[in-house]
Amino acid sequence: MKTLTILKYQWKDLFRGKWIIGYGLIYLLVADAMIRFGGTGPKAMLSIANVMLLLIPLVGMIYGALYLYQSREFTELLLAQPLNRRTLFWGLFGGVAMPLALAFSLGVGLPMLYSGIIATSPIVSVLLVLVLGNVLTLLFTGLGFWLALAFFNDRIKGLGFALVSWLFLAILYDGLVLLTIVTFGDYPIEKPMLALALINPIDLARITVLLNFDVSALMGYTGAVFSRFFGSMLGMSVAAGCLMIWLGLPLWRSVQLFKKKDF
Amino acid sequence: MITIKGLRKDFGPRTVLDNIHLELPSGRATGIVGPNGSGKTTTIKALLGLVKPTEGAIYIDGESVQGQWQYRQNIGYMPQTARYPENMSVNELFEFISEVRGNPTDNKAKLIEYFDLEPELDKRMRTLSGGTRQKVGAVLAMMFDPRILIFDEPTAGLDPRASVQFKKLVHREKEAGKTILLTSHIMSEIEELADYLIFIVEGRIRYHGPMKELIEKQKEQRLEEAVAKMMEEVTA
Repeated sequence: MKTLTILKYQWKDLFRGKWIIGYGLIYLLVADAMIRFGGTGPKAMLSIANVMLLLIPLVGMIYGALYLYQSREFTELLLAQPLNRRTLFWGLFGGVAMPLALAFSLGVGLPMLYSGIIATSPIVSVLLVLVLGNVLTLLFTGLGFWLALAFFNDRIKGLGFALVSWLFLAILYDGLVLLTIVTFGDYPIEKPMLALALINPIDLARITVLLNFDVSALMGYTGAVFSRFFGSMLGMSVAAGCLMIWLGLPLWRSVQLFKKKDF
Repeated sequence: MITIKGLRKDFGPRTVLDNIHLELPSGRATGIVGPNGSGKTTTIKALLGLVKPTEGAIYIDGESVQGQWQYRQNIGYMPQTARYPENMSVNELFEFISEVRGNPTDNKAKLIEYFDLEPELDKRMRTLSGGTRQKVGAVLAMMFDPRILIFDEPTAGLDPRASVQFKKLVHREKEAGKTILLTSHIMSEIEELADYLIFIVEGRIRYHGPMKELIEKQKEQRLEEAVAKMMEEVTA
């Protein structure tokens, strides 16, 4: 109940900042443009998915960390009140993660609705993109929280690590995987490659998308290996399961850190 | 009744509080004094659960506060540097905390009037002056009429009029039988408001007892001189 009270005030504060509305508008513009130029086929959906795979982790981590730093006063004020730390944590997390997820869902969902893409493409694909976007938002906001709590008194370090993690997971990772393949191409490396894909949540999400659209050649080597090794259905379940673990881990660690923290 | 047993707090390699033993009976007003960085605020924060003790335990009315949060229902806290959510208006802040604590009293309106806060109610926290923020903090601490009141440097930043007003109010709360704990660098304030004194240096308690005894012991007229003398003795 008290979590809800906290959420209410956080949201009021967040929407007053208008930043979150701009974030939703970006998705609206991107989705609208992709559908206009790419038609209502799977191509547009894939393009939207690609933008989402880059943008959500970046915004989730940076804004998650920044938000925790900015709500320090709020946190200190509430910790002196009769309130459980766990309650406060979920209030803070939900206060930023849920509006971010909502902005994404509306931004991507509205163009899909008015362009009629919902009617023409398989409903599973549409749902998949929306659900994955929401999961990634929660996941990377959680990671941002984790980094901010680990470097609570050093914003520069916390935000720096968030940025570097994003750069690594979203951009460098696939390159490194490719490099490994080129270097060790003569050995049977399919299984280690699978493990590499499981380690990176962005790769995991990407694989889930491309297994669903059945276009593994489009999105990097790890996806191709994954698609061949698993059947489509099994592959998706494994990827989804790993994503869930990825979602739980940062949040679990963050709660632990938050409960022990001195303010 | 607040009981602290063997409290110790390390921040990294630095020991901020070392083996603190305290008993503060209900209804007593106690002042905590000590040089900057001696651990006054950390003691208060440990009491509130903001800082987790490295060792030792804190009991309020015989119950350990470790991992608990309900006990804060009985505590009103006014922090040293009043930092509040910048975008909230004063009224929103009051209402928000009321919703969190869930036991509004008619004290709120009285306190707002007492501190002349009506014209500020719709202003955002970030536009308020330091003194006004302090007043907001005072209202927040007392609006639920808690049994225990904790003030950390309450009058720093208040103008003389507000300061006098505030002290009058604390005096009234004391008469009403509240347990009061306050830190200050202004000795006259401690002398006015507290009966007992805790003197902390480098995380250790050097004196805990009735204020009058200390003044007599140090053969001084005023508390300020007695404390200054004690500080010299410690550093010497």
